Amino acid sequence: MRGSAPPLGRLVPRRAREGERPVGVPLPLRLPALLALALIVLPVLGLFARVDPARLPTLLTGPAALTALGLSVRTALAATLLALLLGGPLAVVLARSRFPGLRFVRGCVLLPLVLPPVVGGLALLYLLGRTGPLGGPLRDWFGLSLPYTTAAVVLAQTFVAMPFLVVSLEGALRAAGTEYERVSATLGAGPWLTFRRVTLPMLLPALGSGLVLTFARALGEFGATITFAGSLRGTTRTLPLAIYTEAQADVDAAVAMSLLLVAIALLVILVARPKAVEGRG
Amino acid sequence: MNHARRGGGAVAVLTVLLSLVTGCGAGGSGQRTLTVLAAASLTESFRAIGDEFSRNNPGIDVRFNFQGSSLLAEQIRQGSGGDVFASANEEMMTKVRRADALAGQPRPFATNRLTVVVPPDNPAGVESFADLADPDTSVVVCAPRVPCGSATERVESASGVELSPVSEENDVKDVLHKVVAGEADAGLVYVTDAESAGDEVEVVDFPAADEVTNEYPIAELAASEHPELAERFVEFVRGERGREILDEYGFGAP
Amino acid sequence: MAEHTDDATSATGRSSREAVAPASGHGPTGLTAEVRLRRGDFTLDMACRVRPGEVLAVLGPNGAGKSTLLTALTGSVRPERGRVSLDGRTWLDTERRIDVPTHRRGVGLLAQRAVLFPHLTALDNVAFGLRTAGVRRRPARRAALEWLRRTDTGELSDRRPAELSGGQAQRVALARALAADPELLLLDEPLSALDVATAPAMRGLLRRVLGEQRSPCVLVTHDVLDAVVLADRVVVLDRGGVVEQGRTRRVLARPRTAFTARIAGLNLVNGSAAGDSVETPRGGVVHGGVVEPAGRGEPAAAVFPPTAVAVHREVPEGSPRNAIPVRLVGMEPRGDAIRLRGETDPSEPETALAADVTPAAVAELGLRVGDEVFFAVKATEVAIHPVSDG
Repeated sequence: MRGSAPPLGRLVPRRAREGERPVGVPLPLRLPALLALALIVLPVLGLFARVDPARLPTLLTGPAALTALGLSVRTALAATLLALLLGGPLAVVLARSRFPGLRFVRGCVLLPLVLPPVVGGLALLYLLGRTGPLGGPLRDWFGLSLPYTTAAVVLAQTFVAMPFLVVSLEGALRAAGTEYERVSATLGAGPWLTFRRVTLPMLLPALGSGLVLTFARALGEFGATITFAGSLRGTTRTLPLAIYTEAQADVDAAVAMSLLLVAIALLVILVARPKAVEGRG
Repeated sequence: MNHARRGGGAVAVLTVLLSLVTGCGAGGSGQRTLTVLAAASLTESFRAIGDEFSRNNPGIDVRFNFQGSSLLAEQIRQGSGGDVFASANEEMMTKVRRADALAGQPRPFATNRLTVVVPPDNPAGVESFADLADPDTSVVVCAPRVPCGSATERVESASGVELSPVSEENDVKDVLHKVVAGEADAGLVYVTDAESAGDEVEVVDFPAADEVTNEYPIAELAASEHPELAERFVEFVRGERGREILDEYGFGAP
Repeated sequence: MAEHTDDATSATGRSSREAVAPASGHGPTGLTAEVRLRRGDFTLDMACRVRPGEVLAVLGPNGAGKSTLLTALTGSVRPERGRVSLDGRTWLDTERRIDVPTHRRGVGLLAQRAVLFPHLTALDNVAFGLRTAGVRRRPARRAALEWLRRTDTGELSDRRPAELSGGQAQRVALARALAADPELLLLDEPLSALDVATAPAMRGLLRRVLGEQRSPCVLVTHDVLDAVVLADRVVVLDRGGVVEQGRTRRVLARPRTAFTARIAGLNLVNGSAAGDSVETPRGGVVHGGVVEPAGRGEPAAAVFPPTAVAVHREVPEGSPRNAIPVRLVGMEPRGDAIRLRGETDPSEPETALAADVTPAAVAELGLRVGDEVFFAVKATEVAIHPVSDG
């Protein structure tokens, strides 16, 4: 059955058939693999060991934790939406157009992934701060001042998290290729109709996992937020910032909030099952 | 056999990696290392003190770990090691003492007090501490959880002026940075930090600040491997020369 | 071109110059295309016409420019120079800067792979073109089901593409292309991805469906059989240019160039007619049977299949055979046999002949590329065709 590969053959690796022996993992890889797993899991377990179960309920339901949690969820959702509205189109442009300097632009999109978030926060501050080249005019002409506002938190989170969405969408678009879109055009669908009826539905799985990753990254954002937006309870102090502040004084409270963050992250990863993380199939 | 050899290779690689990150394996020279955990506000002054201490005591290498006092206290409680702890307030020192992590008694060696700093052109026209309560003036302070933040709260109650800051930073250096960058109209920092910023900020003195001073205690740690060295360093800090250097950087006498 | 009727030519001539809109009062005139397109060091430069209901096969080896032609017709590539018009409407005219985008051209495309939209059922795939044309969901689905039935896939309407075999998917893709009622149907190697068991049935289906089509159809293929079964006319492309064109049977049975003969899987020796033989310009003689009589000295070609050729080290004496001296320039496996390529005239590589021999024979004679040998073929295996223009 040579011609029977599904049309998305390149995107969907064949699943192991039932009863098929798994491909053997060479012995020299197993120990480092175990160490890698330990490196990730043990510190998180250490958090659980550190927590005082008697105080945990009080700490988790304390106003500091709840306020920070609420702010975190709201800002991370807003950042995810912003990343979708701006980063989605960017991914399409990067995947589907050809222009000189495309490689450079694509590299720039990856910058927030490799830069320390604090650097991103500083960059945002110097651009949009009240003395910044953009922030100055904004303040003088429109009376808008971004630093120390919840909007600044959303912007910092978007800056750091949007590349996850752009990269996963662009990858999916490239993998899907343009032939579906070309066929759609021969069937009379213009670019916009093709995008809605063909490109978008085919992107949905990648979009889902991209959004989950983006949300998770925004939720955990710390460096850019504290640098650009500052830290004030109820306005800019998200859960990670609150953890850091609490760690200065009440470590039990910090650990409790950390557990909260871990739980939410796990929930997001397990329930939403981002395919880019889990592998397809 | 092949496996064994490759395994050996992996172990060798790991060993090299570990020695890279821990700095071990460089061969033990006669150098002894003294590790001092000190509050972030002591950064400049303690570097100067360390240099002079090393000159007076050849063969001793002083290493510093400058962080917020609260973070240092927590690290000590978790068994991070170190020989000497210099805290920015008594509360954090007490916390360490309660954990039985001190070898000697905490002794005060310096005091510090808060001051208001504004950007050089003073855009909000801040003239007094009371001006900071103006809602149009963006003020950045330390979070109440950290020593400079608790000092801020005390200044507030002493002066009867209630601030509504736009941000509460975890580190006094972050407060200073926001003012230097012009992103805040005013900030409350230690006198010593204002000193270190030089011309980059303007200082607005106010009387209430004098009523609230932070006393900096220093103590040898129980985990120290060189107790007599640690004691020598503490004595040096509290001694005449140490006092002079601290004074240079704006600290007051205990 | 010569085979076009006069009125078709004149109708195209008049209306295609005028407007993009259909010229009322004229019947459909089919496809007229002139394309010059450069890609790297390769240039496609050709013209062709396809009448309504006619199937034109574009034959040629890989890299001949066949698929490039199709990209110019669909509009996914813009040629440097060219004119494409269909039924009097101009799709492309580089001089007048007309370039109608693909989705307004009304081309139906069936490619090597089915490229069914993976998120839609077979039925919705077929209904896609109707829906984009503004047909409501229910009537579109009804029509789509009808097309699935016509391509023998009615019972697969609820399946997703991933649940279809290659042959089934290709049938659904054909239904999808036809359901959109294309004004020009393009088939790009539609059978080459199918296995030997499913290709013949699909070829039969295509023959049936194409017979009912009123729009012109361009079929790109490297398989002569596709052309024989499906096409009314053939254009042979090589390195971006038209080598030969004409009615399928004529071109394949009487290839005028050695190139076409090779494509057609036949050997061809050009020369002038001399009774039941062809005399080559270099003094060789090939005997054979006369299919159509040709006057002495007129251009003619001796045609024979590679399987009729035997290879000898020495001239085989005393047998009624043609022995053509060649220099071996190629040797490649072809099924159970080995195809040898022999050059008769080094100055004209186009005159190469092919011989299919057994591996045993190759081993026995110790044949190597570069050897000087004789290709022998019985006169009864050779057909002598008149060739109109050299």
